[in-house]
Amino acid sequence: MCDTCGCGDSEMVPIEIQERILSGNERTARHNREHFEAAGVFAVNLMGSPGSGKTAVLEATAGARRWLRIGAMSGDLATDNDAERLRKAGIPAASITTGSACHLDAELVHKALHELEDWRSLDLLVIENVGNLVCPAVYDLGQAENAVALSVTEGVDKPLKYPVMFRKADLVLITKTDLLPYLPGVSLEALMENLERVMPDPRVIPLSALTGEGMNLWLDWLEERYRAREVLAPAAHRHHGHESVHA
Amino acid sequence: MHEYSIIQALMQRVEAEARAHGASTVGRIRIALGELSGVDPELLASAYEVFRERSICAGAGMEIRAVPAVWECSSCRRPLARGERLRCPDCQSPARLASGDEIVLEQIEMEVADV
Repeated sequence: MCDTCGCGDSEMVPIEIQERILSGNERTARHNREHFEAAGVFAVNLMGSPGSGKTAVLEATAGARRWLRIGAMSGDLATDNDAERLRKAGIPAASITTGSACHLDAELVHKALHELEDWRSLDLLVIENVGNLVCPAVYDLGQAENAVALSVTEGVDKPLKYPVMFRKADLVLITKTDLLPYLPGVSLEALMENLERVMPDPRVIPLSALTGEGMNLWLDWLEERYRAREVLAPAAHRHHGHESVHA
Repeated sequence: MHEYSIIQALMQRVEAEARAHGASTVGRIRIALGELSGVDPELLASAYEVFRERSICAGAGMEIRAVPAVWECSSCRRPLARGERLRCPDCQSPARLASGDEIVLEQIEMEVADV
């Protein structure tokens, strides 16, 4: 401070903030969640490595025809291929091309909602994240549930290498189980044991989109979680166009 | 690499705070980073080096306070040893993460006019 008149020399002052750095994303995610709940749309954030079988699981989900209306948005660095595959399988799908970004964030999902025609009439909206076991785990999108696809060909130690992703998972889909006979070093027991070291209460469904084995358990899980939300927020469902998720 | 987008969010927050306090310079910032936050401290530090040039943080160092992951039983609060199954050996309840997922801006040191 100036000795003569006390006028303002400046000084370094510590200011306490204590705020989550991604609070902006979290605000947008809350906004998305309110949209989904008000429309009675069950939103699942499907994550996993590139090639873990996310798109194949969705194609098989559409093929099973147990859900009346499924829609999707697919995050992809450069192409529209996944959304195109989903549209061919009969799922209306918006593409989110992220450029160099390795993950979806709540704002990208919000924008994609504007491109997905009539999304409010959906029962299930699957947000297929960018193939990556690291970055997507950090961003809340407004989903009701997080599901992670882990293919048996990725080996049994992926949960230990990517604990953050698996900790955030409400469900792990162990995919491509039809390949297990060709993988002597991989067993479901060993995968389960590693998942129990990174997830407090793991829910795991082994399945093969190719043979259909285990697909019913995945469809049951979707339905169970969808109904659990209906019970929690029955008012939201009054806006919904139809009564049942059964075909 | 999502560390760049985290640094962008951080810079916006710091700039808004500096404006609110009428600060011209930021001297130092401190963030808390949990072991299970999904953010790599070294990548975050290098992203910060790239972004701070020509920003209000140009002369500000970033201190990263590393927060270790601590799991405890969700019902009896017994702490769990590292690498253990995430279930209480005593009561079998699932564990919960007591700390270690923080991505938090804790403190900004800034130069404010002493009025």
